[in-house]
Amino acid sequence: MGIAAMVGTPIKRREDPRLITGQATYVDDLKLTGMLYMAVLRSPYGHARILDINVDTALQHPGVRAVFTAQDLKNSVGNIPIAAPLPPHITNGMGRRGALAEGKVRFYGDPVAIVVAENRYIARDALDLIEIDYEPLPAAIDIEKAMQPDAPLLYEEFGTNVAVVMHPETDEIDKVFADTLANGGVVVKDRFMNQRLAPSPMETRGVVADYRRGDKILNLWSSSQIPHLLRNYLAEQLGLAQHQVRVVVPEVGGGFGCKLNIYAEEALAAFSSMKLGQPVKWIEDRDENLAATIHGRDQVNYVEAAATKDGKVTGLKVHVISDLGAHCQFFTDVIAIAFTLPMLSGCYDIPHIYSSCDTVFTNKAPTDAYRGAGRPEACYIIERAMDLVARELKRDPAEIRRLNFLQPEQFPHKVATGALYDSGNYAGALDKAMEIIDYQKLRQEQKRKRANGELMGIGVSSYVEICGIGPKGTAPFGLYESARMRIEQSGTVIVYTGSSPHGQGEETTFAQLVSAEFGIPIEQIQVLHGDTSSTPEGRGTYGSRTTAVGGTAVFQATQRLKEKMKTIAASMLEASATDITFEDGKFAVAGSPQKSVTFEEVAATANTSNELAPGIEPGLETTVFFEPEACTFPFGTHICVVEIDKETGEPHITRYIAVDDCGRQLNPLLVAGQVHGGIVQGVGQALYEEVIYADDGQLLTNTFMDYAMPIASEFPVFELDHTVTPTDVNPLGVKGVGEAGTIGATPAVSAAIADALEVAHLNMPHKAEKIWQIIQQKRQAK
Amino acid sequence: MSVPAPFDYHRAQSVDDALSLLQQFGDEAKILAGGHSLLPAMKLRLAQPEHIIDIGAIAALSFIRKDHSKIVIGALTPYTHIERSDLLRKELPILPETASTIGDQQVRNRGTLGGSLAHSDPASDMPGVIMALNGEIVVRSPRAERTITADDFFLGTFTTALEPDEILTEIRFATLPVHTGTAYEKLMNKASHYAIAGCAAVITLDSKQQCKAASITITGAATQTSRATAVEKALVGQKLDTDNIQSAANHAADDLELISDIHGSEDYRRQMAIVVTRRAITNALKRV
Repeated sequence: MGIAAMVGTPIKRREDPRLITGQATYVDDLKLTGMLYMAVLRSPYGHARILDINVDTALQHPGVRAVFTAQDLKNSVGNIPIAAPLPPHITNGMGRRGALAEGKVRFYGDPVAIVVAENRYIARDALDLIEIDYEPLPAAIDIEKAMQPDAPLLYEEFGTNVAVVMHPETDEIDKVFADTLANGGVVVKDRFMNQRLAPSPMETRGVVADYRRGDKILNLWSSSQIPHLLRNYLAEQLGLAQHQVRVVVPEVGGGFGCKLNIYAEEALAAFSSMKLGQPVKWIEDRDENLAATIHGRDQVNYVEAAATKDGKVTGLKVHVISDLGAHCQFFTDVIAIAFTLPMLSGCYDIPHIYSSCDTVFTNKAPTDAYRGAGRPEACYIIERAMDLVARELKRDPAEIRRLNFLQPEQFPHKVATGALYDSGNYAGALDKAMEIIDYQKLRQEQKRKRANGELMGIGVSSYVEICGIGPKGTAPFGLYESARMRIEQSGTVIVYTGSSPHGQGEETTFAQLVSAEFGIPIEQIQVLHGDTSSTPEGRGTYGSRTTAVGGTAVFQATQRLKEKMKTIAASMLEASATDITFEDGKFAVAGSPQKSVTFEEVAATANTSNELAPGIEPGLETTVFFEPEACTFPFGTHICVVEIDKETGEPHITRYIAVDDCGRQLNPLLVAGQVHGGIVQGVGQALYEEVIYADDGQLLTNTFMDYAMPIASEFPVFELDHTVTPTDVNPLGVKGVGEAGTIGATPAVSAAIADALEVAHLNMPHKAEKIWQIIQQKRQAK
Repeated sequence: MSVPAPFDYHRAQSVDDALSLLQQFGDEAKILAGGHSLLPAMKLRLAQPEHIIDIGAIAALSFIRKDHSKIVIGALTPYTHIERSDLLRKELPILPETASTIGDQQVRNRGTLGGSLAHSDPASDMPGVIMALNGEIVVRSPRAERTITADDFFLGTFTTALEPDEILTEIRFATLPVHTGTAYEKLMNKASHYAIAGCAAVITLDSKQQCKAASITITGAATQTSRATAVEKALVGQKLDTDNIQSAANHAADDLELISDIHGSEDYRRQMAIVVTRRAITNALKRV
């Protein structure tokens, strides 16, 4: 393989050997001298007043070093950080809280006290010795009931559970709908639920905090997606200067957004270590993870779409109710408003889009970013709406989509929601997917099966999402990424990325990029990340942005160093820097290719410095920050085929086609891996997963015996393909692919189920019993 | 945090050793076999035994053999061995068939037949299959060895006829009569992979192709692993066809105390018991 061909080549991940041979270091692998263990006492109630806490017996338990409650944190540990508190209430403190519950507990799993002990067993035993007198309160669980005036209140002082009410005037959209109807068009409407999910990474959360009193330095290892943001916010929360906190993110066994957060336990472990002068470890258990790590989704959507009788959509009206859970975590309050509402136009040219939103606190775990974060909800809304339109007009769903697609020549295009799409060829992806599956033939097969009384359904989903975030002003902190690059004397290139990849494979793709740019073997390149003491400030890995933003920073660093190397090569070759060309790892004088020096020779000269011309600074090192000016909009079409067991209601996916367009692909193998994982997670939501609380706030799905995760044996072999529509937003032409599968999959599966049952819509998860009930109802109706 | 409450651990070297430990600690002790039901319960502190008697090292309790006309399986035999046993595939194919549907490979490597029976979880598969095969459960105490029929062994959710000083040592089966077919069908809970409703069917035909004997049990749907007597009665003496299999299966949930939870309502479990029963009988019949 030529080195220049490294970009775009499906090489295996360089991360894998250590991961699959058990040599990777996760937080729980760390063992420090004198390390103590923390256990967290959590609320067994969904909503209760704390009348009294007695920790005396627990403190006397042999091996217990400390027991802390909210009282002990006063003046030492600040509130849990929120990135962007929204007016009117959250800015005034609604949903804000300290690391331990004070006065009230507001969800099952709410942390109330911690024990620090000599080992984790003693710590756990001592939890049972803490006596808490609770007064159970009625809980606000159902989101729409929680909005009612008589609902139990989480934050009494605000007189409501509704944090944000965003209801613009409807005059304009009402007129569009009325005009459409007057002209013989149709209006379809439905209520969609996007259920609550538990992100469930294979590795739960974990922290080791080690405060060195001598240096006044806090070293904190955490299973996190955001080492720098964690460092910055945690320092503030603990009243330390930023330089006093070093965050190290070792191997992370999956994040999916749930580790894009600053959690109470990070501050609690740090506080404990500062108090006790010894390292403190906390490892989250699975039942804690299912109860107290953030949940995802949980929206109710009221959707109306108007279309001409020919199928052209004239307007979309959407009301989003977003369940925030019991308090605000980092991005809790903005997921729906910042990511669902702007993406409601989907792939379509819809002239009028109206959206309104309520965000509501309930006695459930906080919701926050989960793979897709607000975009799957938007995609689900618009894709299911397109299916409703198709059904109403008795047209094929694929045909209705094609009729409404934005056309390639319309880009860049600002849709009615205000989002500025960079590039796209939506029909291209749809056509390819339909061709792979032989769509017309499939519809004929469905006809035959229906005639036999069999239930077969075909679901089409054309998605577009927003990635590569983002430009200035998107968040309270700039969403740039960074790269520090050093070329050593031997010609080895070390890349410190401020992004914090945790399984996405950027140790491989970034090295491919550098290899291609410098014309050197990949073995000569090392990509390091996840330590705030060595990497430049970055925002972390989430939102499918690391390659588009962090990768661009790496690319720009190669360009900068290449320029300096040209200057050095010029002096070595006694030529002018403007005459130096660089190709295949060699700097040469233009027109005299025999006069050349290698990449390694220039690296050696730069670093040994004795041979360097006067005026040239020794060394080859640079730090680049890249802040994109716009976002990217990956897209694609997924087609899902299901067959349903009529007697049990069990759905079986028989075929799954995905044609994704994430712009230029640095490594198609990793793209395919992301798409596979994304589809499985999306299908997991569509068919299996659901966090369920009882009306009193008890969590009914706090083990994997009750929370159903998708498993490999449930899936057919995925049929993947892609189109390539580059973006101008970054020089690499890449868009992002980490969440695409999840975003595209859920509507495709839902559509296939509804199609099989010949109903308009059915809420997720499509469990066998719910499907069976529909079959019974239809049978009775006949 | 999921760690068990404190307990004392005892590793038994032999059945006699285990029995004397059990006599010593009585009600405060729990027998640990594969640990796939007990350990999760202990981690969640739903079970807090003071003494654990680990019988995992007693190799003599892990075997599958033919003993004259009986098939005998040691209590400690893991599901994987049952799944892969050529003897069982030939003689009692419903056992490998069922074992292959339990949990995942890791669960099957550790989980044991005796452990599952002694735990008596109505959602698990093996109690119903053992009952359908009219298995005999052999238990030992310092007093004596006794044999309990499967029908008498399972008393309810997590309750069996085992006395506190007894250990389950082996399960014995008669070989199947001629013209006999067996099948196990279950509708799985997608989270736990336990049965929402399951049915084990053993059908024997006579020379006139009429149903001579039927042994039908229901798993998962109810609070207890149960014999579907009404189904059996409706089958015996019939020349089985689609219609009379269906009408027999319609009795699958008769007299059952059905479970209703987030994985299935009472009504759904009733209907699914009927569906899996019809399918199990139909499959068993095909294999006669």
